[in-house]
Amino acid sequence: MANYALTVNGRQTEVNVDPGTPLLWVLREHLKMTGTKYGCGIGACGACTVHLGGVATRSCLLPVSLVGSRPIATIETMASDPVGRVVQDVWVAADVVQCGYCQSGQIMTAVALLKTVPKPTDAQIEQGMGGNICRCGTYVRIRQAIARAAQQLG
Amino acid sequence: MSLYIDVPARAQSPASPTYPPEAFIHLRPDGTIVIQVNRLEFGQGVQTALPMILAEELDADWSQVVGELAPAADVYKDPIYQLQMTGGSISVPHSFQQYRELGAKMRAMLVAAAAEQWRATPAQCRTENSVVYGPANVSARYADLANDAARRSVPGEVRLKTPSEFRLIGTPVRRLDSRAKCDGSLKFGIDVDLPGLKVALVARPPVYGGRVKRLNDREARAVAGVRDVFEVPVMRGATGIAVVADTFWMAKQARDRLSIEWDLSGVEHPDTSQMLTRYRELSRTTGNVAVNRGDATALDRIPAANRIVADFSFPYLAHTPMEPLNTTIRFDGDHAEAWVPSQFQTMDQIAIAEVLGLEPHQVTFHTEYAGGGFGRRTPLDSHVQREAAAIAKRMRGTPVKVVWTREDDVQGGYYRPMFVHHVEVGIDARGMPMAWRHVVVGQSHIIGTGPPWEGALVKNGVDELVVEGTADSRYAIPNFHVSAHQPTINVPVAQWRSVGMTHNAFVMETLIDELAVRAGIDPIAYRLALLRPDARKLRNPLTLLDEKTKRWRFSVPRDHAVGIACNEYHETGVACAVEVSIENARPRIRRATVTADVGMAINPLTLEAQFQGGIVYGLSQLVEGGAITFSDGRVDQRNFDGHTPPYMQDAPVEMDVHIVPSTEPPTACGECPVPVISPAVVNALFRLTGKRYRALPLTRL
Repeated sequence: MANYALTVNGRQTEVNVDPGTPLLWVLREHLKMTGTKYGCGIGACGACTVHLGGVATRSCLLPVSLVGSRPIATIETMASDPVGRVVQDVWVAADVVQCGYCQSGQIMTAVALLKTVPKPTDAQIEQGMGGNICRCGTYVRIRQAIARAAQQLG
Repeated sequence: MSLYIDVPARAQSPASPTYPPEAFIHLRPDGTIVIQVNRLEFGQGVQTALPMILAEELDADWSQVVGELAPAADVYKDPIYQLQMTGGSISVPHSFQQYRELGAKMRAMLVAAAAEQWRATPAQCRTENSVVYGPANVSARYADLANDAARRSVPGEVRLKTPSEFRLIGTPVRRLDSRAKCDGSLKFGIDVDLPGLKVALVARPPVYGGRVKRLNDREARAVAGVRDVFEVPVMRGATGIAVVADTFWMAKQARDRLSIEWDLSGVEHPDTSQMLTRYRELSRTTGNVAVNRGDATALDRIPAANRIVADFSFPYLAHTPMEPLNTTIRFDGDHAEAWVPSQFQTMDQIAIAEVLGLEPHQVTFHTEYAGGGFGRRTPLDSHVQREAAAIAKRMRGTPVKVVWTREDDVQGGYYRPMFVHHVEVGIDARGMPMAWRHVVVGQSHIIGTGPPWEGALVKNGVDELVVEGTADSRYAIPNFHVSAHQPTINVPVAQWRSVGMTHNAFVMETLIDELAVRAGIDPIAYRLALLRPDARKLRNPLTLLDEKTKRWRFSVPRDHAVGIACNEYHETGVACAVEVSIENARPRIRRATVTADVGMAINPLTLEAQFQGGIVYGLSQLVEGGAITFSDGRVDQRNFDGHTPPYMQDAPVEMDVHIVPSTEPPTACGECPVPVISPAVVNALFRLTGKRYRALPLTRL
């Protein structure tokens, strides 16, 4: 067990956990932030995606000891992120979600994509979102929503 | 799952029990109307659809309507089956009338309360947006009438609106749970948190039915946060080791450090390549007869040149809902409380009670939102809940959440069974099938379960879920013989979204396509010509598909091709056209047009979503990594690395969904699009490669 100082959604916090504990479980179980989801634990589905220093990161694979001083952003703060807010709004407007379990990760991935590539082509959307699984199959609406968000962010 | 549709529907006519409106509708003083949803919400949109139906008749202000998932209770049982459950795509078809009546009765009570206050008659009043309007410009909010209305007796008969009076039903309404699913605030079963909550993981035997022989848990117990390690019964008479810890990660670290010697003696070790050989042999012999129409020997008189002989194989399929399986239970001795993303509350509650030595009513049962299901949350043995209850019993007084890792889920069984089909078709001079002999080989998940399912679904030794889609084909084939072999294999199997249709529709629709090609007839026209005269539910969507695809399906680029398929399930007809090319040795689905006759559309926006999503789900059996295979009793795949569901690039790039206009009662939705996509895609691939694809999943093209 060791202490780690983390900056999560702009707030300083400290946790005492085993160094190997993935950030996902620190968020979910120690900080009680359950918006970030466990889907596979091997970085193959994207449900656990957070932003680490602004970069979309699979939190299920990242030991807390490797986070360092990089700020962490999760789905819970996207409403106050200028791109995040737009993405959430288009997601609601396009009625994207079904079961919704993967959608935190989809939205976090989409926000990171739009911050890197503000006007993604269809191929870039597919590349950017291509590692996120949605078993309900909301892919068509995700494509449309991202295109709409890009337009609105102009 | 027609399993649930057929059983009680045939056993009894749908009596119309009366439901107390107060169990379903709470009118809060602030104007909020909370409606209890008697189903599980796991993506299909029922938490919006049922409130819409009720709010329509109630004339409620939709902006103030909230849907809640009802706990387990008799009043929330399916009105026809008398079980609280979600499955067989029955939610809207079975509860349409029920929720309309509930809304209309509540409205009548509110109107009666207002009329009495105003010394007017109910006929002088009208309602709109949660307000009763009376004579001479008087009005009252529902919220202000709620107490008076609640004291009145519930009317026996109420007038329901005609479809032309609908204001909400039939309009595109956004989901009520959307925002909470976009900001991370919605709690799924796996997110349940309680004071003192512990998390349990279970080490299960590497071959189904194995038992713990020897355990060394010293290293596991040394992991910080571990509270207990003990043997528990798991599914099918097997045992496993439960590890209870403060957190998931601690429990997982400890489980990884268990040293378990398993007793696998006397346990069959399934091996799918051996099974394939055995199934193929079986498929050459007649099984238990499901249908024998016309002259079974007609086929033998048709020359070989006019026959198609085809062998098909389908792998085991895992459901892999995105939210891994979980159940939380606290056992207090004479009472228990359970938090379950449950698709089958009645059975899961009984199972928990049985394990804990309680009566079902002593188990307070909360229905939690589930991250998908697709059939994985409905095994008839409630094995997830039984296991969780056994752990809770040992941990008396402590709430314990049992979580399955993705590996547990991928390897955990309850799959769509593996199937082999052998089909011989004799073709007449017009190119139409005049004789058809069909053998299906694969496990039944019903045979051996006893009443009520076995009695209702197994006839002449054939589980109708094994042959559905073939035996009840809507095509007019005069001489038609279908039989089935249903071997017992040591692999737990279950329903998988659209159940028997997943393989039967594939076989039928690819063979019909082959016949159409041989006959030189357009595949839509061929199907329309071959359908039985009463196959209206397929005729409508096929005709609509023809109309909606006319602009593009005859003018696709040279290296693209179009494939067609259709299927009827639960009285809903679906037709599909896809435009496909080949990219990186894989099918690239450029576009899909889907048409459907679902009766009256309650929420076109959700219907579109269900059809788009069902099409993608149906691709699970086509994508390269979609199979579950066994070697020497063990599952070869572990997680989403070796077992890959469709990703965005596997799904159609564009999809348009068209619903046949109808004012008939709503029929099924959720499962119905799943069966059509795989045959449509391989029918298109045939036009690109000249090959027929009869073994799934597809390998590199």
